Amino acid sequence: MTTLANTGQSGQVQPQPAQAAPFLRQVGAQFKAELLLTSRRGENILVTLILPVILLVFFASLKIIPVSTGSVINFLLPGILALAIMASGMVHLGISTAYERYYGVLKRLGATPLPRSGLIAAKIAAVLLLEVLQVVLLVGIALLFYGWRPVGSPGLAILVLALGTITFAALGLAMAGSLRAETTLAVANGLYLLFLLIGGGILPLDHLPAPLAALAQYLPAAAFTQSLQAALTAGAPFPGTALLTLLIWMILILAIAIRTFRWE
Amino acid sequence: MMSAHAQTTGQMADLAASPEGAEAAIVVDRFCKSYNGRRVVDELSFSVRRGEVFALLGPNGAGKTTTVETLEGYRRPDGGNVRVLGLDPIRDATRLKPLIGVMLQQDGLYPMLRPREVLRLFAGYYRQPQPIDQLLERVGIDPGTKTICRRLSGGQKRRLALALALVGNPQLLFLDEPTAGMDPQARLATWEIIRDLKAQGVTILLTTHLMDEAERLADRVAIIDHGRLIALDTPDRLTGVDSATMVRFVAPAGLDCRALAALPGVQRAEEVRPGSYLLETAPQSMPAVLADLTAWLRDRGITLTELRVGHGSLEELFLRLTGSEMRE
Repeated sequence: MTTLANTGQSGQVQPQPAQAAPFLRQVGAQFKAELLLTSRRGENILVTLILPVILLVFFASLKIIPVSTGSVINFLLPGILALAIMASGMVHLGISTAYERYYGVLKRLGATPLPRSGLIAAKIAAVLLLEVLQVVLLVGIALLFYGWRPVGSPGLAILVLALGTITFAALGLAMAGSLRAETTLAVANGLYLLFLLIGGGILPLDHLPAPLAALAQYLPAAAFTQSLQAALTAGAPFPGTALLTLLIWMILILAIAIRTFRWE
Repeated sequence: MMSAHAQTTGQMADLAASPEGAEAAIVVDRFCKSYNGRRVVDELSFSVRRGEVFALLGPNGAGKTTTVETLEGYRRPDGGNVRVLGLDPIRDATRLKPLIGVMLQQDGLYPMLRPREVLRLFAGYYRQPQPIDQLLERVGIDPGTKTICRRLSGGQKRRLALALALVGNPQLLFLDEPTAGMDPQARLATWEIIRDLKAQGVTILLTTHLMDEAERLADRVAIIDHGRLIALDTPDRLTGVDSATMVRFVAPAGLDCRALAALPGVQRAEEVRPGSYLLETAPQSMPAVLADLTAWLRDRGITLTELRVGHGSLEELFLRLTGSEMRE
């Protein structure tokens, strides 16, 4: 470094101040770093891309899923998509943000010109890109190998995917911003396993014991999964109750995340 | 607390309007901060001039980091007021952040990114950042290294954190224990960078519990203990003349120490090594003792080769002011 741009010959600081980059350029730089970070952590790829593919292929091939109506893939695909979205938002975003907080990265970013909204925008964009990859991968496999054909309402499906993304990303951030990193790691993985078992995405809820099924009905995972299943099933009734349940969870979790998130 | 805040806000406005206030890079005015009812900073006031290197010196827990992090906008004062480059660190954060460079105690590096990747990211926040490869070389990190930050040594992480603080061409740098964890060589190199920055007109507020760091780098040193300012001056004046009780001089060996001890005001005279003498006196007698000493030597045709007055270290001063050793 030879001279500082904002320093004059006299050694006195000139009135022309150093400037922040335009908002979108800052978000772009952050977005690139977020993608680099995602790609560099093998466990992210495992839990967000490989695991959902394994679940889909495994259960679609084994034909052990007790489906009452329609084909196995028509039942499985929405459930696995929902699980993939949960992995991106709750597990991946939650755990990586928790460790960024633990390592003081979030605090350090607070002293840069990058606004908090810019950081959140970059993280959302990175999660959305990851979700696009997940959807393409899972839908592609279903189309190519299991004869799945798109039915139902794509508009409703996209709405449900958006609501689910917000709900589970907010859940991950709520944990990341208030719990210790190790706790977030454990809870996010624990919830993921729980939602895999009683979310209704792989095992239909009506095959669970009645009290458990009744409880599971009110959890965000089942609400999300059932809404998506209805959206991707021909002639299914509008999933009013499930969608409302998901919406309530979304508002509740968002409010908690916003109120409790600590950057340090 | 609220009324005290409102009161000082009014006075701050007056201060900012005065030439002295406008000139100051940092103004801290009766700043108070408590955590869980425990007061960690107590009515702290000081100001830092533009272009100055200012050191906050004190043991851990003295309130240095709380003060710096309030100036950086991380904490809200419970009482009193702070101004940074004429701005409120919280209310005017958007205007202030591009102007400052920050090195926190915790480096805050992305563990999975390489040094160049982190620096490139931070460069992306500024309109005209420093060229990143040159900056990395300047802090002594190989720009081509594939080592991720998690695997860097403590000193390397610290140096990368310094580069992150510099990449946006800040007018004002906050360095919280900048050389903690560095080996002596890296510490010297970092001091050199800080001196260069000062030469370029950058204002620097640094905290340290290293006496020699404060002594060598700072134009002025504020000594803080238990959240209170206990001394504020140039390192020379803090350690030197006003409080001087020692005269050290070098002259031919074998001078008559009993005759030296008999000079008015001299309490003790000793030849500590052959040709190296130490006189002890009270601070108020120092000017007279110096005159008498040189006259005594002139009368005997003796030439001094070295004369040093009262240069105790900051460490000794700290001990005297607080009555305790500097806690690490």
